[in-house]
Amino acid sequence: MKLEGKKRIWSEFQKEIPDDHFFYVRSCIRQSFFPGSEQFFLKVLKEDLGKDIFEDPNHTTCTGIGYHGDVVQFDTIQTVVARHFALATEHGYKDVVISCVTSFGIYEEIIETWKHYPETLEKTRENLYKATGRVFDVPDSITHSSDIIYKFKDEIAAKAKFPLIDHVTGEPLRIVEHIGCHYSKMFPKYGVGGAEFPHVLIGMIEAWGGEVIDYPERRHCCGFGFRQYIVQANRGYSLSNSRKKFVSMQPYKPEAIIANCPGCTMFMDKWQYTIKEMDGMTYGQHGQGIPVLTYEELAGIVMGYNPWDLGLQYHNVQSEPLLDKMGIKYDQEEKYLTKDGKKLPVPKDLINA
Amino acid sequence: MARNFGFAPIKGRVIDFDRNDKRVFEYVLEREPSFALCIGCGGCAATCSAANFTEFSLRKLNILIRRGENDEVRKIVDRCMLCGKCTLVCPRGVNTRNVVFLTREAFEEFDNYAI
Amino acid sequence: MHNKEKHIVIIGGGTAGCVAAGRLAREGYRISLIEKDKKPGGKINNWYQLFPDRRRSVEVTDYINKEIDHPLIDLMTGTELDKVKYKNGKFSISTGKSDLGQADAVLIATGFDLFDATRKEEYGYGIYDNVITSLDLENMFHSGDILTTKEEIPKRVGIVHCVGSRDEKVGNFHCSKVCCVTAVKQAIEIKEHIPDSEVFCFYMDMRMFGPYYEELYRESQEKWVVNYIRGKVSEVSENIEGRLVIKAEDTLLGKPIRMEVDMLVLMVGMQNAKAGLNLQDKFGIQTGVNGFFRIRDNHYGNNLSNVDGLFYAGTCTAPMNITDTISHARAAAVEITEYLSKN
Repeated sequence: MKLEGKKRIWSEFQKEIPDDHFFYVRSCIRQSFFPGSEQFFLKVLKEDLGKDIFEDPNHTTCTGIGYHGDVVQFDTIQTVVARHFALATEHGYKDVVISCVTSFGIYEEIIETWKHYPETLEKTRENLYKATGRVFDVPDSITHSSDIIYKFKDEIAAKAKFPLIDHVTGEPLRIVEHIGCHYSKMFPKYGVGGAEFPHVLIGMIEAWGGEVIDYPERRHCCGFGFRQYIVQANRGYSLSNSRKKFVSMQPYKPEAIIANCPGCTMFMDKWQYTIKEMDGMTYGQHGQGIPVLTYEELAGIVMGYNPWDLGLQYHNVQSEPLLDKMGIKYDQEEKYLTKDGKKLPVPKDLINA
Repeated sequence: MARNFGFAPIKGRVIDFDRNDKRVFEYVLEREPSFALCIGCGGCAATCSAANFTEFSLRKLNILIRRGENDEVRKIVDRCMLCGKCTLVCPRGVNTRNVVFLTREAFEEFDNYAI
Repeated sequence: MHNKEKHIVIIGGGTAGCVAAGRLAREGYRISLIEKDKKPGGKINNWYQLFPDRRRSVEVTDYINKEIDHPLIDLMTGTELDKVKYKNGKFSISTGKSDLGQADAVLIATGFDLFDATRKEEYGYGIYDNVITSLDLENMFHSGDILTTKEEIPKRVGIVHCVGSRDEKVGNFHCSKVCCVTAVKQAIEIKEHIPDSEVFCFYMDMRMFGPYYEELYRESQEKWVVNYIRGKVSEVSENIEGRLVIKAEDTLLGKPIRMEVDMLVLMVGMQNAKAGLNLQDKFGIQTGVNGFFRIRDNHYGNNLSNVDGLFYAGTCTAPMNITDTISHARAAAVEITEYLSKN
């Protein structure tokens, strides 16, 4: 494999990422399943990097789950997104940062629709005004939060306490990166590195000392899909797609999977549990599972944050094998303690626990 | 043991060419070289009485054999009634009737045939 | 005025330019033949053998070189056109090096460029080892060795048709015509070099338009057992052993197919040459939707441009094989002769 070829493609797909003054919109899945990720993102931007990032409690779901599940119409979701833009406008922000890849895709789809069919923008303005009395400006930029971490990857690397290196052998850790389909497959020009060889997570992993695995099913969808997971009987489809990826990456012995999409992170984590329960199969080394982390969680452990503050204990596949490799010390006693010292129930049958 | 989640993994539809067993293909090709000449026009299937009433298609059979999709070949190869009309129609002169014969023979030859 | 007092500038010293130059010189016209490369002959110099009979390409190169061996032809290699002035049907032309004076007619024979395979990112040309183009393979035939980057003999070779042709994603709607038969020819040549290899052609349609092409296709199946799978390769990746993994649909079965190969050859299509397109503004000529120069009439004016006295020959107007290029160049010579006899 020739790296120069990839570098050429990366240089062709560079997007402009704003530097400061962000209007942040959260993800339904991420704030429920990986709450530490969004907390870390806000903390790092505000405290470590000194940026202005604002979120409005009046922000709601984008209704993307309903939209992709065929119960929310396009007119409706345009109006909901327009309301988010109105909140940004009201607070004087022009650059929107989105935590969710599904939302990111939806925002792009809507803005592109408005560009190509200006009458839909006028119709949306009318709908929003009638419903809420709000008005909005179309933002100057739409950025995914992984783009922001990508932009500041070197600043994070400079603060790294535990680079992605095996602390015993000194070898770089082998990491699988997985990009959510709606990050760049819909609009390659809006993704760092494009759609075939996205660079957004590779850039982070390499900046923090790791080695990226390019395996045959790298570009394959995780299979998540709102329609599949909402209907229980359809989940086999979702599961089978993830498994196709696990089987393909297994020979490379990855230490971790990093994803930038809420659905991918959740299901590549949870399906490993499901597959193990169904037929006893695991895909990591020594019968273990492969920890699946968000890019913020990865940045967090690299920077030396307490893994339990980052919420790694809420995954199905536990991250201890990765933490051990990196030489990170953690306290098992604290793992399920709340900040005020209460004991949380300990989940059963976790992988790597 | 195996827990029931109310859903199960799906068997893939992808032709896994590297894993498939091509012994039937090799058996047929060696004995009937005209087999290699098919261009997938479907003339054979259009005129076939079996294809008109069942899922059988000689065009498909030909490709399935080549790809080593033997489970599917086995399912359909017996539906041919050996009338020979397909051979009359074939623009490439494939001895289609013999292909069916040889395929059946190959399955007999490779009894205990494991894929 | 005698013919030799008339001056024709031909831009492009490939097959079309050289054949037209020879014809026109034999009619007694004075020819300035401008070629940007160091030697004439054009793309054919890169090819090893030609379809459909797999003769050595040097035989055709020899013919072309004989065509331009004429005292009235002034061949200027390593030269590009610089400035053009057009007034009352006459062209004043200079190259970067010299002033060619006045031309009574100009023939554009700038040919084609091969499609840049890196633009089809999903095939990983320039990224994955052993993804090569049809041109790279010709170079291997020249050297006599078909080897992977690990210097191993490939056991299985995939060939992808229509790379950069019939593809809206790269802005090329047209069919490049010759790639299908090139694939057949190269598949046979691979089998000749490596008899126990397997060759798989992934095609969208097999377009065997020329004489003896269908026969060659048949030979590839009958004698060489080349495999044809109707379906466009959608994605290439590399596995841990460094073998290429390709995904396509076997459309005649309606099922996806996954296959490992040791080498993948991309049949890169034809585009109007950049060197030709650079002339567009200088001469005020136009291109058609296919990006090639727009001819005045599709049936009986396919050497004529929108400018009087300016003519086209060869693949600057559309993808063509060598036979058709030679015919097109000879036809251009007839058109120019007729034009100059009237003016």
